[in-house]
Amino acid sequence: MSARRIFARPARFAAIAPYVWMVLFFLVPFAFVLKISLSQTAIAQPPYEPVFDLMAGWEALKTAFAALSLDNFRLLASDDIYVFAYVRSLTVAVTATALLLLIGYPIAYGMARLPRRWQALAMVLVIVPFWTSFLIRIYAWINILQHDGLLNQILLALHLVSQPVVWLSTDSAMYVGIVYSYLPFMILPLYATLAKMEPALEEAASDLGAPPWQVFWLVTFPLSLPGVGAGVLLCFIPIVGEFVIPDLLAGSNSLMIGQTLWLEFFTNKDWPVASAAAIVLLVVLLVPLLLYERLQKRQLEQGR
Amino acid sequence: MRKVLRLSRFNIASLTLGLAFLYLPILILIIYSFNASRLVTVWGGWSLRWYREFFNDRAMIEAAWMSLRVAVSSATIATLLGTLAAIALSRGERFRGRTLFSGMLYAPLVMPEVITGLSLLLLFVALNAERGFWTVTIAHTTLTMCFVAVVVQSRLGSLDRSLEEAAMDLGCDPVRAFLSVTLPLIAPAIVAGWMLAFTLSLDDLVIASFTTGPGSAPLPIRIYSEVRWGVKPEINAICTLVIALIALVIVMASLASKLSSSQGESAAPL
Repeated sequence: MSARRIFARPARFAAIAPYVWMVLFFLVPFAFVLKISLSQTAIAQPPYEPVFDLMAGWEALKTAFAALSLDNFRLLASDDIYVFAYVRSLTVAVTATALLLLIGYPIAYGMARLPRRWQALAMVLVIVPFWTSFLIRIYAWINILQHDGLLNQILLALHLVSQPVVWLSTDSAMYVGIVYSYLPFMILPLYATLAKMEPALEEAASDLGAPPWQVFWLVTFPLSLPGVGAGVLLCFIPIVGEFVIPDLLAGSNSLMIGQTLWLEFFTNKDWPVASAAAIVLLVVLLVPLLLYERLQKRQLEQGR
Repeated sequence: MRKVLRLSRFNIASLTLGLAFLYLPILILIIYSFNASRLVTVWGGWSLRWYREFFNDRAMIEAAWMSLRVAVSSATIATLLGTLAAIALSRGERFRGRTLFSGMLYAPLVMPEVITGLSLLLLFVALNAERGFWTVTIAHTTLTMCFVAVVVQSRLGSLDRSLEEAAMDLGCDPVRAFLSVTLPLIAPAIVAGWMLAFTLSLDDLVIASFTTGPGSAPLPIRIYSEVRWGVKPEINAICTLVIALIALVIVMASLASKLSSSQGESAAPL
């Protein structure tokens, strides 16, 4: 016990450098986003009116606060493009997460039933694609899905279609890309809970006469809910803000919020509105983020 | 010994299909990088033509070189800071602002990259910093140190504390006990953390786009702007090279952890 206390002091010093770094490069930038979201757009470099100048003294600060405007947020709420972008992002994220659960669950379930030695290998096999570049994996799908790509060639050769099908720049292509990229994030938490499960419970249920689907639905699935929750949140949150996959694989008719933000920032150079949109996105995501944190806390307590 | 449930045909099928789904696209990409033909549709025999093309493409080489430099420097700084953060969180018990500290460390793991990139760009613009190598490195360090902290912290958490306590009972001061007992034990996690940070940085497109300057672009940005205009066989070759590099890093990481775990086993009976 005393040794722990002696250890605690130098360990606290270890916090200093990463603490300062995170405040400087994580917290302070957020203050800037917030500040700029409240300022006016201007055609200048940078393209916004400074809200206040710290050097200008207290009086200037007071007048500046009086001039803070919520115009950018009002614009967001009234502009259909933004409203649609948020709605579309949430719809895509919900659909993709459901698909991921549907595809990832049987894989995780199969992994958990492998003999012990093979489980470690299966886990490595699932993680390795996560290590290979994400952009490259999306690009690999472009190779397959494009007009004269592999998929159309195979379909034509098998005489399943008479003309090449348009796969690229459709929502289906986007879902394939998202499912492909996020699959490890869904499989790993599911596998973690399924592998820990006591096989005797399932055996007992089937000994008592439950058919396999009932064993699964009444015993296995409810017991795996913590893993389901973790996997769903781990996929859902980043998919909402996804930018690269829809940009490369989906059509350009309706944009997700990540793309809209990007366009506003780089093409329209309306930084105040882009900042306001980022803050709204963050607030939207705060609910699942807090849920995730609570889930993790509960799992930690259960683990003890 | 726990009983193992029988593998059903359904289990085997879903595993096979799942792994095929994960690996086939990458495999196809690698095969096509050796295609002599310009068209993806036509197989023109094996050739290294697109690799030669890549090595003659100055802009691409420069982008790859910048990516490598950024990945090495940001992974190194991130490993240093992330390890310190993990020590503070798992050994520091309570200190002022601990909740804020752990919150800041976990937030970037789940936050959309667009927001992280945007906020850092606004900071750099406000500071009037010249954007390029250093701003990208700082941005990548901020993101990847969080991953390092998680990896190292989980290893520290599973470590037997009595080893440190024994060292201190034998007269080591805490810092010495840490350096000679704890650090070797968590070394594999630190190595794994560095590798993860390195590959994440090498891969990052979104944050790099926000934080890089007009003149310099890391490799993913170059690839991205090429890919938007359609498939070019040269990109297949570059992607295969990146995959090979990452595979090398993974093999090295697994060797490092195997080496240290076998050392641990042989040291245990003594």
